[in-house]
Amino acid sequence: MIKVKGLSKFFGKKAVIDNVSVTIEPGKITSFIGPNGAGKSTLLSMVSRLLNADTGEVLLETNDIRTIKSDEFAKRVSILKQSNFMNVRLTIRELVSFGRYPYSKGRLTKEDLKFVDQALEYMNLTDMQDRYLDELSGGQRQRAFIAMVIAQDTEYVLLDEPLNNLDMKHSVQIMKILRKLVDELGKTVVIVLHDINFASVYSDRIVALKDGRVIKEGTTDEIINSAALKQIYDMDIPVQEQNGCRICVYFNSHS
Amino acid sequence: MRLWILIVAAIVLSAISLFLGATDISPKDLLDFNSVEAEIFYISRIPRLAAIILAGIGMSVAGLIMQSLSRNKFVSPTTAGTLDAAKLGILISMLLFTGASYTQQIIFSFVFALAGTFVFMQILNRIKFKDAIFIPLIGIMYGNILSSITVFFAYEADLLQNIDAWLMGDFSLIIKGRYELLYLSVPVIIIAYLYANRFTVAGMGEDFAKNLGVHYKFVLNLGLALVALISTTVLLTVGVIPFLGLIVPNLVSIFKGDNLAKTLPHTAVLGVVFLLACDIIGRIIIYPYEIPINLTVGVIGSAIFLMLLFRGRAYAK
Repeated sequence: MIKVKGLSKFFGKKAVIDNVSVTIEPGKITSFIGPNGAGKSTLLSMVSRLLNADTGEVLLETNDIRTIKSDEFAKRVSILKQSNFMNVRLTIRELVSFGRYPYSKGRLTKEDLKFVDQALEYMNLTDMQDRYLDELSGGQRQRAFIAMVIAQDTEYVLLDEPLNNLDMKHSVQIMKILRKLVDELGKTVVIVLHDINFASVYSDRIVALKDGRVIKEGTTDEIINSAALKQIYDMDIPVQEQNGCRICVYFNSHS
Repeated sequence: MRLWILIVAAIVLSAISLFLGATDISPKDLLDFNSVEAEIFYISRIPRLAAIILAGIGMSVAGLIMQSLSRNKFVSPTTAGTLDAAKLGILISMLLFTGASYTQQIIFSFVFALAGTFVFMQILNRIKFKDAIFIPLIGIMYGNILSSITVFFAYEADLLQNIDAWLMGDFSLIIKGRYELLYLSVPVIIIAYLYANRFTVAGMGEDFAKNLGVHYKFVLNLGLALVALISTTVLLTVGVIPFLGLIVPNLVSIFKGDNLAKTLPHTAVLGVVFLLACDIIGRIIIYPYEIPINLTVGVIGSAIFLMLLFRGRAYAK
């Protein structure tokens, strides 16, 4: 379990994250949603130690994450940020092998190779493992990065807008994979999402942020309803049930 | 591009280099230690070969590390102000201490090379428009600013000729006792190889490195220190060799990718092959005289560089 307690972050005098407390439950997909500038990515960066918080603490199980050694932390929590310009020429296999870096420091053992092979297999990348990242489509590249995180074998997988720049087909593919990570491999996934419908269909819990604060937090059913959405987005959003999925029809709403 | 082919090429070129020159030396002469031929061989030819090998490895590996850490294919000691800062350092050591000792020159030039490269990396951090061509242009402008400061003070202090000597990469002056500083690059290359994986990870960006538990700042600073040290030793013994740190890592990257643990040996050996070939050409063209290495490398290197540019805008992004 990850517990965020009284976390704040200031850029200049402005609080981007303002006294946020949140609990991330294990074995579930938790989505961070909210309008632009709500502080979703900043919060995720602090939970994953990419950014230092100004006040408050983040507990991993019972330990303050600042007290955990960095290679130890890398074996328990992984983070994928949007990687817009990736000009490094690595093959998929090389990238996935770097997922084992926290364990082997680059000299791969037999066990490491097993993890790498499994991760490639799991993401259906075995056939193209020797292709270079810069030759791949956006969806393939995102899959390669997720394969790396699988090889990293952390209990917690944090992703910052993993659907950015992906078309519908690949977005669905990625979300299904994340669901599988939770259901089959028992991982805990935390995602920052822009598209509220992907959050609705695929997540177990939703944390809604606005102006650096947690404005709503709960199971998907508790958040995906017109009353709660009005609070979060200042929009009247009808919610319709379709094939067991709750879909927010926000395209022509009044604000 | 197989490693053993490169190694065989390096060995063949080394043999040619040893027995090429104004004095005809045959392997038989070497058995007689007191012959003039043997003396030339041990005092001039072997040191020259050793200097070419060390400088070739050093400059290409330095370029490789810089390209990885700056995440830009066209950044190298000659396009990021490193060498210009080192030159400024030597000048200042000469201005501060009349007849500065070799050690003082080394220390000053190292510190300036390090600081100069660090400043460039800071500039890089602040630039939002990270175009593959734009960044090295800024590096070259920055280097020229440093260089003009050097020239101004050198002119005031009547040291301009000394500056010109460092500008001109030249192996013909290398004899026993004048190149040994280059051996400093041997431990540096070993460290670079041990850290190859960390440089690759750091080259994927700070967030990526932190995710894998790599101390990004430490790796970055270590890399810059290694680059500054190599650049200083080459500058003080051989002079500036343009393009080497730029084209050799790029050629290897096209064929072998950017995984430093895999490409570092290739880069090092190809650097030796390239520099040896250029040196031999320079010694043949107007035999028995010779053309300085920075001219031959400059001509051949700029041709290859242009090819990389035309071919590579897509690849280098």
